[in-house]
Amino acid sequence: MALLELAGVTVRFGPRTALDSVDLEVAEHEIVCLLGPSGSGKSTLLRVVAGLQEAAAGRVLLGGADQARVPVHRRGVGLMFQDHQLFPQRDVGGNVAFGLRMHGADRGEQARRTEELLRLVGLPGAQQRSVAALSGGEQQRVALARALAPEPRLLMLDEPLGQLDRGLRERLVVELRDLFGRLGTTVLAVTHDQGEAFALADRVVVMRDGRIAQAGTPLQVWQRPASAFVARFLGFDNVVAATVEGTAANTEWGKVPVPDGSPQGARTVLVRPDGVRLTDPSEGLRCTVESRTFRGSHVAVRLCPADGPPLEAVCSLGQAPSPGAAVGVVFAADEVVVLGPDAPQ
Amino acid sequence: MVLARREVGRSLRGNAARLGLMAGPVAFFALFFAYPVAAIVGRGLHAEGVWQFGRFGEVLGRPDIREVLWFTTWQALASTALTLLIALPGAYVFARLDFPGKRLLRVVVTVPFVLPTVVVGTAFLALLGRGGLLDELWGIRLDTTVWAILLAHVFFNYAVVVRTVGGLWSQLDPRQEEAARVLGAGRLAAWRRVTLPALVPSLAAAALMVFLFTFTSFGVVQILGGPSFSTLEVEIYRQTAEFLDLPTAAVLTLVQFLAVGAVLAVHARTVRRRESALRLVDPARTARRPRGAVQRLLLGGVLTTVVVLLLAPLAVLVERSFDTPAGYGFGYYRELGTVDPSGGAFLVPPIEAVWNSLRYALAATAISVAVGGLAAAALTRRAGRLVRGFDALLMLPLGVSAVTVGFGFLITLDEPPLDLRASWILVPLAQALVGVPFVVRTMLPVLRAVDERLREAAAVLGASPLRAWREVDLPLVRRALAVAAGFAFAVSLGEFGATVFIARPDNPTLPVAVARLLGRPGELNYGQAMALSTILMVVCAVALLLLERIRTESTTEEF
Repeated sequence: MALLELAGVTVRFGPRTALDSVDLEVAEHEIVCLLGPSGSGKSTLLRVVAGLQEAAAGRVLLGGADQARVPVHRRGVGLMFQDHQLFPQRDVGGNVAFGLRMHGADRGEQARRTEELLRLVGLPGAQQRSVAALSGGEQQRVALARALAPEPRLLMLDEPLGQLDRGLRERLVVELRDLFGRLGTTVLAVTHDQGEAFALADRVVVMRDGRIAQAGTPLQVWQRPASAFVARFLGFDNVVAATVEGTAANTEWGKVPVPDGSPQGARTVLVRPDGVRLTDPSEGLRCTVESRTFRGSHVAVRLCPADGPPLEAVCSLGQAPSPGAAVGVVFAADEVVVLGPDAPQ
Repeated sequence: MVLARREVGRSLRGNAARLGLMAGPVAFFALFFAYPVAAIVGRGLHAEGVWQFGRFGEVLGRPDIREVLWFTTWQALASTALTLLIALPGAYVFARLDFPGKRLLRVVVTVPFVLPTVVVGTAFLALLGRGGLLDELWGIRLDTTVWAILLAHVFFNYAVVVRTVGGLWSQLDPRQEEAARVLGAGRLAAWRRVTLPALVPSLAAAALMVFLFTFTSFGVVQILGGPSFSTLEVEIYRQTAEFLDLPTAAVLTLVQFLAVGAVLAVHARTVRRRESALRLVDPARTARRPRGAVQRLLLGGVLTTVVVLLLAPLAVLVERSFDTPAGYGFGYYRELGTVDPSGGAFLVPPIEAVWNSLRYALAATAISVAVGGLAAAALTRRAGRLVRGFDALLMLPLGVSAVTVGFGFLITLDEPPLDLRASWILVPLAQALVGVPFVVRTMLPVLRAVDERLREAAAVLGASPLRAWREVDLPLVRRALAVAAGFAFAVSLGEFGATVFIARPDNPTLPVAVARLLGRPGELNYGQAMALSTILMVVCAVALLLLERIRTESTTEEF
């Protein structure tokens, strides 16, 4: 049975619909990441589950029990706020022990757990420090320890690594995943950063305008984006309208091969940059190199075909053509995805 | 946008809870404010079975009454402006600078506020009047000018600005101003664009309080105004107590009521909406030792102001209390322990008034904090016309003639089921009417500045709404609460206008006893009045010092 179940949850702010009949299940010990641009309803979904926001329609079930009449403080969920919301008048220890105190833990237990959690998040012995004197990353760790302390059955994280620098973020994602795995915590996290979501989650839920655009494992979502929106949100730009017939799609870029068994008819097609192969200008689609962007292990090359939208290709470091050069492009079928329609607006 | 979302998402349950919180304060004000005032106004305007509204025209047409109205208004405006001008540097110095003796000085500037207005008037007379200190030194007399009244008003209200504005100022995050500086704003521009807007709600609250106090000023004007200057409140007292002209008093009471109502309405429309969520920090971390010429100059200026404007009158007061015909000594103080054998002003030794006053003031403070705390909690979330109306209603007692309230108590609360005439609680109830608005006004800006998501964070961690209030709001407002309680206590101790009507002859309060002594001729009575005032001053100073101690201890305590 799913630990968390949302059925047809709808939230409206005046005329705007923030969540539009959302169905979602989170299994025990699962880490689910809600991914989407700002304003897509991710944070609202967390607030509904926490009971901080009332739903206009639909049900929220935790462990199979409807939460409609359960007040926030009895839901037994944890929520780590985007900007931490540490209690300014308490020190680090006071913040971490807060939930334990609310649940009636005795002083010894509070002290023991606080010490344990601070060690867990890498701030051993920080109990007496003032929260105002903490750096952003330290505040985040304290907020995490505070949320974990009462051992919530579901831990929700709102942009958990939002304000941190990249290096720290990448390290913390790994640490978090490791930590949640060890503790067996069920996690529902919100992020707008796909890299973070893919690194952290067992399952990714992409949201758009209050609806779920796609849900699946990071690999599924990465390999088979469900729609042009999801593809573009994941950072894929080679998306073009097409008519699919058999194993080929007619596009502005000419004929693009598609995998066997692709849906037929008027569609949108995604060609991942890996599937854009550069050849001699006399072969395939003739393009001009517009720019090159160094991406660490590879170079992204932006190409301008005579017709149709620009294309992005990936080259190894030594082989990238210079801007202005003419190249030919052929497409690899296994890197082409025929996309489904975007959800109706 | 974020705010709008929350407002929409607010449940009916929250509204019901708010109405529940409001029920207590509403009942309190209905019973002990609206009812007595309405009764006395009814008595003045309802004659021979009909309402005599024609009396408005009659009374307001009189040139002497028009004179009173004009003077009341402009002196209140001038006093408010002057107080803000003189006290704002003080608010800054107390909020942002750290210097030796700060705590003591904070108490010192609050003392004038708790002195009975009659004593303030007398102290200024002794300072500025004929044979006063200035007259002796330089031959300057101000008691025939309006300056004496204005300066006495500043003396009296300095603490209102310093504590109300300074209280919030000390909790503003200095980094906000630093951010503006980094963005290219000069020191003054940063203050004007960042700090000043954040202070506006508390500035407005302070200005409003000072205006209401000076608009309804009684004791000070009574003493210093002489025959030429009279405020509405003084006029109401004269009409009620001297001429027994209840209709005129009723008309003037209503005029004052309407004027105050109008001011509060304007305040509610223009200023209230500017209150916003601020970053509040521990005041202990914002205060620094003065650095640079400007800060030293400010500190010096404020200290000089305090000495000249606040301490000098108090010093004269103390000096007079020891200045017996037989040379300096405790003669007047010894007399306070005895009953005048000639059957004078008292049935009991005047010293009894000290215990009465303390008892009454403690009870009044408890009532004020309970009623005002409930009201402030109910008003924390701004929503709905009803809530705003309630907010304004709470301020009305500050503007309604205390004389009218006191007299109203006498004629309404004297029969079953509410026969409180013989009960000692009557006096604290009347005093709490003035204390509640203080508690609300002091706590509300701080409560409203508490970030809603902190409460949400507490709720998610398992705190019930009540517990969240205790754990999140209370520690953040504890300081404001202590300030509010201190104010309520002080106001109760010094309340005169209403108490003079309802305190029983064998149980006088300190201000009433002082007034009675001042009202009788002879050096002995005058000296005893000075001695009793000095005692009142010391009692207030000690009480406030204790409060400051509690406050600083509680802010360092964690659980």
